[in-house]
Amino acid sequence: MASLFDINLFALFGQLLIGLINGSFYALLSLGLAIIFGLLKIINFAQGAMYMLGAFAALLGMQYLGINYWFALILVPLAVGLVGILMERFLIRRIANEDHLYSLLLTFGLALMLQGIFTHLFGSSGLSYPIPDALKGGTKLPFMYLPNYRAWIILVSVVVCIGTWWMIEKTKLGAYLRAGTENPQLLQAFGINVPLIVTLTFGFGVALAGLAGVMAAPVYSVSPDMGSNILIVVFAIVVIGGMGSIGGAILTGLGMGVIEGLTKYFYPEASTTVIFLVMVIVLLFKPAGLFGKEA
Amino acid sequence: MNKKLLLILLPLALLAPLVLYPVFLAKVLCFALFACAFNLLLGFAGLLSFGHAAFLGTGGYVTGWLMINSGLTPELAIIAGTIAGGLLGAVYGALAVKREGIYFAMVTLALAQLTFFLYVQAPFTHGEDGMQGIPRGALFGLIDLSDNMVMYYFVLAIFCFGFWLINRTVHSPFGQVLKAIRENESRAISLGYDVNRYKWLAFVISAALASLAGATKSLVFELASLTDVHWHMSGEVILMTLVGGVGTLFGPLVGAGFVVTMQNYLSGGELGNYIHIIMGAVFVICVLSFRSGIVGQLAKFKRDNF
Repeated sequence: MASLFDINLFALFGQLLIGLINGSFYALLSLGLAIIFGLLKIINFAQGAMYMLGAFAALLGMQYLGINYWFALILVPLAVGLVGILMERFLIRRIANEDHLYSLLLTFGLALMLQGIFTHLFGSSGLSYPIPDALKGGTKLPFMYLPNYRAWIILVSVVVCIGTWWMIEKTKLGAYLRAGTENPQLLQAFGINVPLIVTLTFGFGVALAGLAGVMAAPVYSVSPDMGSNILIVVFAIVVIGGMGSIGGAILTGLGMGVIEGLTKYFYPEASTTVIFLVMVIVLLFKPAGLFGKEA
Repeated sequence: MNKKLLLILLPLALLAPLVLYPVFLAKVLCFALFACAFNLLLGFAGLLSFGHAAFLGTGGYVTGWLMINSGLTPELAIIAGTIAGGLLGAVYGALAVKREGIYFAMVTLALAQLTFFLYVQAPFTHGEDGMQGIPRGALFGLIDLSDNMVMYYFVLAIFCFGFWLINRTVHSPFGQVLKAIRENESRAISLGYDVNRYKWLAFVISAALASLAGATKSLVFELASLTDVHWHMSGEVILMTLVGGVGTLFGPLVGAGFVVTMQNYLSGGELGNYIHIIMGAVFVICVLSFRSGIVGQLAKFKRDNF
């Protein structure tokens, strides 16, 4: 069957796996963007820088403080989330009442600064982070070789995405968040501390990027521009999915990763551009995005 | 008031190369035209494009390629580069105006990144090396542009044309409709304006003028490179406009002068490594507490005190 279509299944599944892994990162990053956008109505341009910060925090934590991967997986998102909370509390809130384009520019400036600082400190070439011992090696499946660490990435990101979705859709805290998305003034009138929810939401969205950064450190090289490169793709994904629904952001992220992987197999020249082309097609036929609410 | 200001600025611009290095001045003018074109969208139509580098780069590549590979004179090559960028703007604009606000910014950024990757792969751009050794040629086949002084005055003429065109556009009935859209889009729709067509046309004009800036720039430096298409460049033009004053006619000119001078000064000295950090910091400061920019502040000062 495989030879009939002249398809090398081994290579195809290999690319699909890489696609799923990229998709996992896309999903985590666009989920964070979508949560922040829902409540604050702003796009965090520093989301990519926070992802980069997460990867560097894991690397530096191991080199200087001896923090291993498993602790980093918990501590780094908390630390990055804290950076996000400070950012929201002291900078973004100051211009919350201005045109939202200004907050986009503010976070863009912050992203430039962070990327510049890390380039200055560590140069622009990539650094490597070892795969934790427990996840080394892989499993031989009938049609492909599955490295354990890659399976772990997909597992974690799916669990985190479903957990986040569950928290927002099914818990009391999530209900506040959804109410705040719909009508913050009314929620405030019910005695809920909306500014606190806004700050925590921003911190949580940014922490997701930090988590993605820790998970990315062992598979991609850790470099100052890792964040901006992935972020622009994630922006296209956000346009494709629309930010109306949390589930939509997750599905679009994973789906676009898979499409990118397939393109790498069938027509590698277009692998860097395919997601942007999908965005063009979606804009032509369904401008609000696949899961978008507005007409 | 603007007429008086022009009477002061024009002689200054004509005499400036006697004091300052003409290539530096030409660079400032190219970026000033780029920023003015960008400001036509952001300042007068309220549309934040995060992808104007695509047009700057396209103008440069097309003009550069024509200068190297065809016998066209520079003014024709520049016109061709401008048209090419305008056509690209017509396509991207039609896609981008389908979304608003923050989505518009993201769509333009993604489209510019698409352009960037296409240019990375296309053989004629020579990838990372850039298109080098673009000849300046002779204007109308008569005036040799290889002299920097002559080149500067040619660039000044192009800038004046672009600036005049933007000034005319802003003060035309079309420009008034753009401002109406910026202030209250729903109201403009209810008045019967086909808002998306106005936005699209503004986008095309802006893209064509940005390409004109890129085309001219490729002749000044005899180089067209990926730097011009990179998203950093889209960010820089936003910074120039923001520093100078969004929505003011002279703001982008002042902002471009400020940013280019800052970059030239920094890249020569010890602070060269900090250039992106400093630019990011200027961005943050401007957004937090200097949103009306230099020209905006001056105008306010003049209003309050005179």
